[in-house]
Amino acid sequence: MTTTPDPTFAGRTYPPSPVHTVSAAKIAEFARATGAPSPLHTDPEAARAAGHADVVAPPTFLVSLAQDTEAQYVQDPAAGIDFSRVVHGEEAFTLHRPVVAGDRLVPTLTVESVRAAGGHAMVTTRVDLADEAGAEVAAVRSMLVVRGD
Amino acid sequence: MTPSPTAPAGTIDLTALAVGDELARTTHTLDRDALVRYAGASGDFNPIHYNDTVAEEAGLPGVIAHGMLTMGTAITGLLEAVGDPTLVTAYSTRFTGMVPVPATGEVALEVVATVGAIHEDARTARVDLTAELDGAKVLGRARATLALPGSGSGESAGQDGA
Repeated sequence: MTTTPDPTFAGRTYPPSPVHTVSAAKIAEFARATGAPSPLHTDPEAARAAGHADVVAPPTFLVSLAQDTEAQYVQDPAAGIDFSRVVHGEEAFTLHRPVVAGDRLVPTLTVESVRAAGGHAMVTTRVDLADEAGAEVAAVRSMLVVRGD
Repeated sequence: MTPSPTAPAGTIDLTALAVGDELARTTHTLDRDALVRYAGASGDFNPIHYNDTVAEEAGLPGVIAHGMLTMGTAITGLLEAVGDPTLVTAYSTRFTGMVPVPATGEVALEVVATVGAIHEDARTARVDLTAELDGAKVLGRARATLALPGSGSGESAGQDGA
């Protein structure tokens, strides 16, 4: 039996997720894992000398928080996404300001679209990250291809 | 008055960019260790990125790199060239090719970052990235937005004005 992504999920916005505090240790680990060279990712003194409160994240760092937030939808059996058939199609990051260790970010998930094409389905999500005052910090868009039979 | 913060300088003159300028040309090696480290760093423990049996059962040739590892690695040449990583204000890509990583040894990702467009009004540049494995593109329409001096974003905000 193969489920297919339920198109009625398109347009759905979920309630905001709990606040997430950006970790200096995870920023450093992520920078090392991707080969991001700047000391601003690992050295708080260098980051402060550059005008930041603490170490800054590399551009794709928010993927972890975004994917944790996307799980509300992707792992929902009602959504009809068979994860064994999922291939990552696209990813896009928009950073309105640098992401800094200590930032408290509130993620909100929206399912932007659920489309079918060529026997496959494509689901696109957007996770908006705001600070606790509601100011936009970043947005992460992800498109997953759910392979058909 | 406190000294102004000093953003790290790179090797490129961001005030003199032209469309077509090649900003970075880099080679990045990936081995199984790199996939394990990225799994830990990102929290993506999908076993297709470390277990050959699971990968093959999923119809893959064997363990493949996380698309996000490829995306995260591919931007680092540009990050090094511009010095201040916070100048990259957007980054997007399509995943067009798998990156199989053998159990022993390594594979090499060849990445080139080129100025694709300059937006004078916003004071940003679009940087187009190509990422290839043995001549085959693994990222499609990979592009980053670079904030240029005088944009009012980044550490110069409030000092020179837009």
